[in-house]
Amino acid sequence: MEYQVKNISANDFEQCIKCTICTVYCPVAAVNTAYPGPKQAGPDGERYRLKNPEFYNNALKYCLNCKRCEVSCPNNVRIGDIIQTARIRYDKSAPKLRDRMLASTDFMGKVATKMAPVVNLMLGFSPVKATMHGVLGIDRHRTFPRYTSTTFEKWMRTKAPSQAAFSKKVAYFHGCYVNYNYPQLGKDVVTVLNAVGYGVQLLEKERCCGVAKISNRLIDSAKEDAQLNIDSIRKAVKAGMEVVGASSTCIFTMRDEYPHLLGVDNADVRDDISLVSVFLYKLIDSGKVKLAFKPGFRCRVTYHTPCHMQKLGWGIYSSSLVRMIPGVEFEPIDSLCCGIAGTYGFKKENYPYSQAIGKELFDQIERARVDYVVTDCETCKWQIEMSTGATVINPVSLLAMAIDVEATKKLNGIK
Amino acid sequence: MNYDTIIIGGGLAGLVAGITLQERGQRTAIITTGQGALHFSSGSLALLSRDADGNPIEKPLEHIDSLPASHPYSKVGAAKAGEHARAVKALFERAGLSMLGSEDSNHYYMTPVGLFKSTWLSTADSAVSPTPDGSGWGRTAIVGIKGFLDFYPGFIADNLAKNGLKCEVAALTTPELEHLRKNNTEMRAPGIAKIMHGEALERFAKAIVAAAPGAETVIIPAVVGLDGQKDIDALRRFTGKNVICLSTHPISVQGVRMQLALRRYYEKMGGTYLLGDNVTAGYMDGDRLKAIDTANLGHGSLTARNFILATGSFFSRGLVAEPDRIFEPVFGVDVVTEGDRSDWFKENIFEEQPFVRFGVATDNDFRVKKDGKTIGNLYAVGSILGGCNSLKEGSGAGVAAVTAMEVANRLADK
Ligand SMILES: Cc1cc2nc3c(=O)[nH]c(=O)nc-3n(C[C@H](O)[C@H](O)[C@H](O)COP(=O)(O)OP(=O)(O)OC[C@H]3O[C@@H](n4cnc5c(N)ncnc54)[C@H](O)[C@@H]3O)c2cc1C
Ligand code: SF4
Ligand code: SF4
Repeated sequence: MEYQVKNISANDFEQCIKCTICTVYCPVAAVNTAYPGPKQAGPDGERYRLKNPEFYNNALKYCLNCKRCEVSCPNNVRIGDIIQTARIRYDKSAPKLRDRMLASTDFMGKVATKMAPVVNLMLGFSPVKATMHGVLGIDRHRTFPRYTSTTFEKWMRTKAPSQAAFSKKVAYFHGCYVNYNYPQLGKDVVTVLNAVGYGVQLLEKERCCGVAKISNRLIDSAKEDAQLNIDSIRKAVKAGMEVVGASSTCIFTMRDEYPHLLGVDNADVRDDISLVSVFLYKLIDSGKVKLAFKPGFRCRVTYHTPCHMQKLGWGIYSSSLVRMIPGVEFEPIDSLCCGIAGTYGFKKENYPYSQAIGKELFDQIERARVDYVVTDCETCKWQIEMSTGATVINPVSLLAMAIDVEATKKLNGIK
Repeated sequence: MNYDTIIIGGGLAGLVAGITLQERGQRTAIITTGQGALHFSSGSLALLSRDADGNPIEKPLEHIDSLPASHPYSKVGAAKAGEHARAVKALFERAGLSMLGSEDSNHYYMTPVGLFKSTWLSTADSAVSPTPDGSGWGRTAIVGIKGFLDFYPGFIADNLAKNGLKCEVAALTTPELEHLRKNNTEMRAPGIAKIMHGEALERFAKAIVAAAPGAETVIIPAVVGLDGQKDIDALRRFTGKNVICLSTHPISVQGVRMQLALRRYYEKMGGTYLLGDNVTAGYMDGDRLKAIDTANLGHGSLTARNFILATGSFFSRGLVAEPDRIFEPVFGVDVVTEGDRSDWFKENIFEEQPFVRFGVATDNDFRVKKDGKTIGNLYAVGSILGGCNSLKEGSGAGVAAVTAMEVANRLADK
């Protein structure tokens, strides 16, 4: 008798035992009855869609792609991937102008940084917000992150000689947010990595990781960007560098969404793509580098686990890194979705769900009464800052505040 | 990352072991693929419910001496099993779960179809009774929820009537429940429980009173109290009635409540709980396990002095069956099976199924064997241990909790 021993379905969909555990942990199903939930939208729906694409349900657009369903599934079914693949494959409607705009982070960033003062003013202006809300469908409650007038890449070019002088180097995937909106985070990354003896290099070419294009179904364009990023990453790895980023979603997208959703092969370099906080934690934990802290540094913090960080399983590294800092008082909170999911929460039709999803997290953050919420994701930062008033920073920025740079350099034998 | 003890599998067994070790001052981590068997729990944990002939057991500890030597309880011994069972109940209490019942004497709980089964500990909202007939409940009503498909009031009433308990049957709804009903195929107990707080709970309470004004006891589906006991206490206060909750079709609210409370308490005790990761391999140093790989943390990333294997049985993939072999997928340790494929199961699903007895081979201290040799620092606890038919005798949760307590006590002193 012949048996099919191994699972052969895409995304392990045939491993589903229909237990509905995933639906219990789906943040959207909990607040939006129009969403069928991960089991229905994922492995259940897939059985029908395979028979006839007509069974595609437009409500799949409500999926945040947070992957919390996958984290809870005991059978390793890649439910989120099944849903996103179905959206890509079966939703034939053309993405709206608004979605194209929100997804084109590089294009928008390039234009906006050139005219940063004007754009920042405009985006904060209530008639503009009303137009965006009414005409484009970008929710008026949202505040756009401010654009910088000097991009991070431009700043880095001025640092090229000093960075090249380091004997050990890492390649830094800065992402759109650091480049166009918040170069300070990139500068913190450079400060901390330099202090422990690593020079920071840019990739030969870098485009947006593609998460926004994927969720807005601009797939061809996302694929092109992904291929370009992986080619650059490959060159960096060949040159002996690890590639690190400070945003968990960018890193997750390049490690897992590229092969799973875009069909871009990264198997040879996937393990070389990591987060700055993971890279640092491992160096410190293995005793390869040491940190010297400012004597009087004190603060009370919590760590928020972004959904993609939860999926990566790396929250432990960042929270351990933060807890290593003497003078940090750490208040744990549950790992919960903040509700924004990149461009999702900017859309008028999603805004109320977005806030309802985040409510439990916001309540826990407010109860924690901390100086900083530490997290590895920029969109979580916008959402939490907008919804709670808390100050949200990246673990690397907290380190940059806490370490004595000169003393750290000395400890690691750097002049 | 280095720990005193690493626990693979975060179900009941892994959590009881992890909590005990954290409380005794160890640094531990639990790595778990997904949610475990507690999510499917009836809300009652069984220690030893039935004898070899299937008759209910009144005093479980007194039966342990008569079990075969292969049984995990025989390896622990009756006296210690009793101590551990008592300690487990106290541990649940510290985690915020006050459980009904005791190891000295089983009680009865009502199943989702209205039958009574003998058991050890039940969540405080369960439908329990000292005798198998619900006597002492007084005038009883069964109240369902309109549009909720996982609860069968008429069926339950018929079964209860056979035991001489006459119940009224009613159904209710509230605006919040009507809202959920819009997505009726996904209107499940945990989804309802997520909204049953505050005003929604008060309206639910009013609807219960309106549906069964004369009843002293009201049986409802377990749809309240996902994150603890307080909403159930509130419901009882609001209604002024003895509201009891019957576990539904899985996923069960009572099971999720237990899992979440134990996990939260474990983390509060300083434990590291890594959900959504898979342990994929281990590295030996002589007869000792030195390090493990996980899918997320990578190669040899976790080291510890001792390891506990609590990956559950077939259902949770602690054991895997292929057409021609049954194996333990992480370390490939020895598994005790019987005969070949045709001996593993009986065609008639209601017969006793041999595969339920299969499990990893261990010595009397629950240390796992590979190729016949004991691995000095890898212990197995919970349903990955074979040696008994937990389904037939009703001992699943008991074996998980008692063996976890046994091994944790042993390791805490090391
Ligand atoms: C559907 C069902 C319902 C049950 N209901 C009851 C009941 O009502 N009352 C009762 O007394 N008993 C019940 N039982 C018996 C049950 O076996 C025990 O109660 C107990 O919960 C088992 O606990 P455990 O920790 O040993 O295993 P599990 O709860 O199965 O936990 C094992 C965990 O290990 C994880 N895991 C597996 N492989 C890996 C890996 N490679 N790496 C990392 N993690 C891994 C799994 O994801 C899972 O979370 C039930 C069993 C099942 C299957
Ligand atoms: S949790 Fe996994 S196995 Fe269970 S229904 Fe969801 S996809 Fe299927
Ligand atoms: S990815 Fe997130 S939003 Fe989408 S189905 Fe899974 S849990 Fe729900």
